[in-house]
Amino acid sequence: MKRIRTIVTRDLCESAKNGGCGECQTSCQSACKTSNGVANQKCENPKK
Amino acid sequence: MIHAYKLMGQNIIIDAGSGCVHAIDDAAYDAIALYETCGRDELAARLTAEYPELTRDDLDELFADIEELKKDGKLFAPDAALEADGRSGGKRDIKALCLHVAHTCNLTCDYCFAGQGRYHGDAALMSAATARRAIDFLVENSGDKRNLEVDFFGGEPLLAWDTVVETVKYARSLESEHGKNFRFTLTTNGVLLDDEVTEFCNAEISNVVLSLDGRREIHDARRKTPQGGGSYDAIVPKFRRFAEKREGGYYMRGTYTSANLDFTEDILHIADLGFTELAMEPAVSAPGDALGLTAADLPELFRQYEILAAEMVRREGEGKPFAFYHYTLDLENGPCVYKRVAGCGSGSEYFAVTPEGELYPCHQLVGEREFVAGDIWGGVKDGFEFRRKVINEREECRGCWAKLYCSGGCAANAYHASGDADGVYELGCELFKKRLECAIWMKVI
Repeated sequence: MKRIRTIVTRDLCESAKNGGCGECQTSCQSACKTSNGVANQKCENPKK
Repeated sequence: MIHAYKLMGQNIIIDAGSGCVHAIDDAAYDAIALYETCGRDELAARLTAEYPELTRDDLDELFADIEELKKDGKLFAPDAALEADGRSGGKRDIKALCLHVAHTCNLTCDYCFAGQGRYHGDAALMSAATARRAIDFLVENSGDKRNLEVDFFGGEPLLAWDTVVETVKYARSLESEHGKNFRFTLTTNGVLLDDEVTEFCNAEISNVVLSLDGRREIHDARRKTPQGGGSYDAIVPKFRRFAEKREGGYYMRGTYTSANLDFTEDILHIADLGFTELAMEPAVSAPGDALGLTAADLPELFRQYEILAAEMVRREGEGKPFAFYHYTLDLENGPCVYKRVAGCGSGSEYFAVTPEGELYPCHQLVGEREFVAGDIWGGVKDGFEFRRKVINEREECRGCWAKLYCSGGCAANAYHASGDADGVYELGCELFKKRLECAIWMKVI
């Protein structure tokens, strides 16, 4: 596409199919401890 | 729903429903912004008026590209959060504990949300027996979850170092029998950091958070010794030695307040000291607190986050990169939509444990007696409920483009700002959205 460059991202709608294993890091066990964010965490589901 | 924004020379579209990100030129930016509200002929006329160099073929090609992205679910996609509805609320296995091994501290930081480490109660250290019971409680309540997380927190956890070591040893002894994998983290002010602690952390602690606020005068104004002096000179050499020997993750984590709205200078100072994994969080304070941040501070804070993003890119180009926690997005391998919808897990999969073994839904709520959730011997008490709504249940979040990145925000911040753990901390929302815009900008340039 000439005018649109799409960055590779995980398809979140698609992630509903095999998601929800609950093995990824709990948000606040990270560097922040005072705010919440999930976007910088890694998926740990081998079947994704 | 899309979020279209222009930042530091880039036109960016975040397709909030699917999580797709597009970097586009000016004509495509205007076309996508108007695409769902404007007929094709009118849109073509408006684009031609604005961009006379565009031919009809150019416009047709642009519209075809937009239609293709729509068809592929990459633009104007349905809300992925809806896919997860009905599977993300309710009871969850417990998989993470914040162990408050020390309700006491060897510094007296004036912005400490934990009341100088004592959480508005008496000074206390967690015994090894209590810590072992906490590990048993976690294993018993973790269902089929394999990855269990334990954060050693305080106060200052190195004041209870023997308990930390004993807890790790005990947890490791349970792993194979119960099919669990423990991950430990530790947050320390560094005063007691030495080679013994460093070696143990290298072997056992997957992430270590080291508290440093930045420039000496900024750090020392807030993070004081009990005698009232600054702590910078005592801890920075220890942190540097730790980082040199570190095998595994660490974060240098600072806190900024209204006294250093130019917090980017502090982040860069820490980077200039040689540290490469950095985090800087806004102070959590009661409304009206002199060090607290207000909506009037937002323009300057936004400017600072932009300066930071641009400087990080510049340094990376010079071969001197560093990571900033909130700009470390994993767009390709980030969490699934269930995780994004359900939030931080406070009071469901995550609990804080006091030195006496009481349970709270979050470390930031420890000491607020109405939130006592039970204890590690009797478990979560009957009738205890701390269920922050999933994002689409909350009116303020439902229409927000950032909801699948912030996961609805921090319950404790919402409680302290609004009096309701299910409320909204608006300042936190604004800062989160700005950080996210900058983080994605760094991905597209």
